[in-house]
Amino acid sequence: MTDATATATGAEATGEKKEMVDVFSDEGIGAAAGSNPVGYALAQLGDADENVVTLSADMSGPLGDFRGRHGDRYFEFGIAETNAVGVAAGMAAAGLVPYVVSMAPFGLIKTAEQVRTDWVYNRLKIRMVARLSGLAMGFFGPSHQAIEDIAVARAIDGLDIVTPADANSAIGLLHSTADLDGPIFIRICEGLPPVYDRPPRIERGQWPTVKTGTDVTVIGNGIGTGLGLQAAQLLEGEGISVGVIDSAWLRPYDERAILDAAASTGKLLVIEEHSVVGGVTALVAEVLGRNGVSAHLADQAIPAGEIEVGVPAELLRYYGFTAENVASKIRELAKG
Amino acid sequence: MPADTTAEDAPETLERSRPISIDDLEKRADWIRLQTIDLIDSAGLGHYSSTFSCAELISVLYYHTMRLRPSQPDWPDRDRFLLGKGHVATGVWPVLVDLGYFPESWLEQFGKIGSRINDHPNMKLAPGIDFSSGALGHNTSVGVGMALAGKLRGQDYRVFEITGDGELQEGTVWEGIMAAGHYKLGNMILIADANGFSGAGPTSGAMNIEPLPARFESFGWEAIEVDGHDVKALVDLFDSLPENGDRPIAVVARTKKGHGLAMTEEAPQAWHLGLMTPEQRDAAKAEIGARLK
Repeated sequence: MTDATATATGAEATGEKKEMVDVFSDEGIGAAAGSNPVGYALAQLGDADENVVTLSADMSGPLGDFRGRHGDRYFEFGIAETNAVGVAAGMAAAGLVPYVVSMAPFGLIKTAEQVRTDWVYNRLKIRMVARLSGLAMGFFGPSHQAIEDIAVARAIDGLDIVTPADANSAIGLLHSTADLDGPIFIRICEGLPPVYDRPPRIERGQWPTVKTGTDVTVIGNGIGTGLGLQAAQLLEGEGISVGVIDSAWLRPYDERAILDAAASTGKLLVIEEHSVVGGVTALVAEVLGRNGVSAHLADQAIPAGEIEVGVPAELLRYYGFTAENVASKIRELAKG
Repeated sequence: MPADTTAEDAPETLERSRPISIDDLEKRADWIRLQTIDLIDSAGLGHYSSTFSCAELISVLYYHTMRLRPSQPDWPDRDRFLLGKGHVATGVWPVLVDLGYFPESWLEQFGKIGSRINDHPNMKLAPGIDFSSGALGHNTSVGVGMALAGKLRGQDYRVFEITGDGELQEGTVWEGIMAAGHYKLGNMILIADANGFSGAGPTSGAMNIEPLPARFESFGWEAIEVDGHDVKALVDLFDSLPENGDRPIAVVARTKKGHGLAMTEEAPQAWHLGLMTPEQRDAAKAEIGARLK
């Protein structure tokens, strides 16, 4: 079960259209939030610990608050992500706590070798905060889509993986991971429907249950948690009871939550803004298989094959990331 | 325990520019070569000629130039040493033993499963290793991070890195060089062991990296060319490093791959990675050993 501080608000979710993000915008500076949870939380972390430094590869926009309050601890490296990752390793070896803020497709996907060799093998306390993951930059072309980054991260054993479900969750997870040793990959998608009414305290490896239900369990990841809540609301009138779990941590992950869901409903729908290859669906399948547990497992993910290009809101609809489509998939599972 | 500590209790710091004769430093370089031959012999495989090309550099840096505290390897104010060309760690292990970082018995385990010292250095396993290396092209960026951290905290340590010249073909090295120039990291000294060969042949035959000094200078560095086997020139160069410079220093050390042994000098590429037969090993040790008498 989730911590008491984590309160689901999906019932109030508006399902508003996912707008395109201006990736260089300073919007959200000084705001408590929604539009720039990363910038907001990192400035707070900088207030609390003078060893916290931020590194940017041409991502200064969202770090406006940090730059304003801790300008001497903000380091810009231009469009050279791999160097920024290596520099962070040297800083961590010298006792600083670096946060590398990257655009997701040019973060872990581009710098996986440095993260593996310099961060993970050496067990250094560093974080990569990958913004604009999933389809958030889908308008710009396949180069800008980050739909394999969870798979890359999962392949690097020793790298903690955190995937916030909404803005409050991003703030909560940035804070709750602050004191953890070792490297952490924090994957943040954009335009996430609200799930938590304030920053939750999610323990390392915990998958909070944000809604209980008896017929089908949604294992949400990122946008999937809020979509699961919206779909559950749509289905209430039909007598279908949907539980929703937030897979906030992918390493370590909550094996107990997966097995409990398989035991209680036996019907699982994973929703992830990621390729179906190597992501959360695959993780859940591995857990079920290794434990010899039989369950119905469906996915709402980006299918294998060529990726389409377009405005993020339209891309999400195209690939079925809507409450209506999720509800339809849940109906099918409930029948079976 | 008494509250006050005596001078005897204080960890010994090996200060910069320690007095030592040129002859002694030259002999230590040859001793590094002998130790390298023995370590590779016990492990069954290793990098001879790349290690031989930077033996003088290792000798001068560890026995003269760098500020170290072997009894406290993580002392925050130590000078940092990065081995971009991590495959020559074999030449560093005996030096770390000699300086007291870890016991000589560890050398017996070199290259074996479970050993703390291997062909490439691992900071999690071996005291005295400031950063792991192996994948070429990583440690210049790491050095930039260490140098920036030192400046941020007002520490005066220096960051030394030995790179291979083949390693300079890696694009990430130049991202780091660009950043060091941008941030005016006068506390960073990159020493290119320019021995002219990479694993498969002449470095610039594979991809031209010259003119190295001009390339470094165009990135905002001060570049100094030196004979990398001339111990006196190296000592003088490192003694003349500015205390608070605002330009990173590139030492382009012109070296000979396999230097110090006729067999490896004549066939540097063949001895990049290999294992001497017992006869070759004994002959090599006799040739080098003769200079130590």
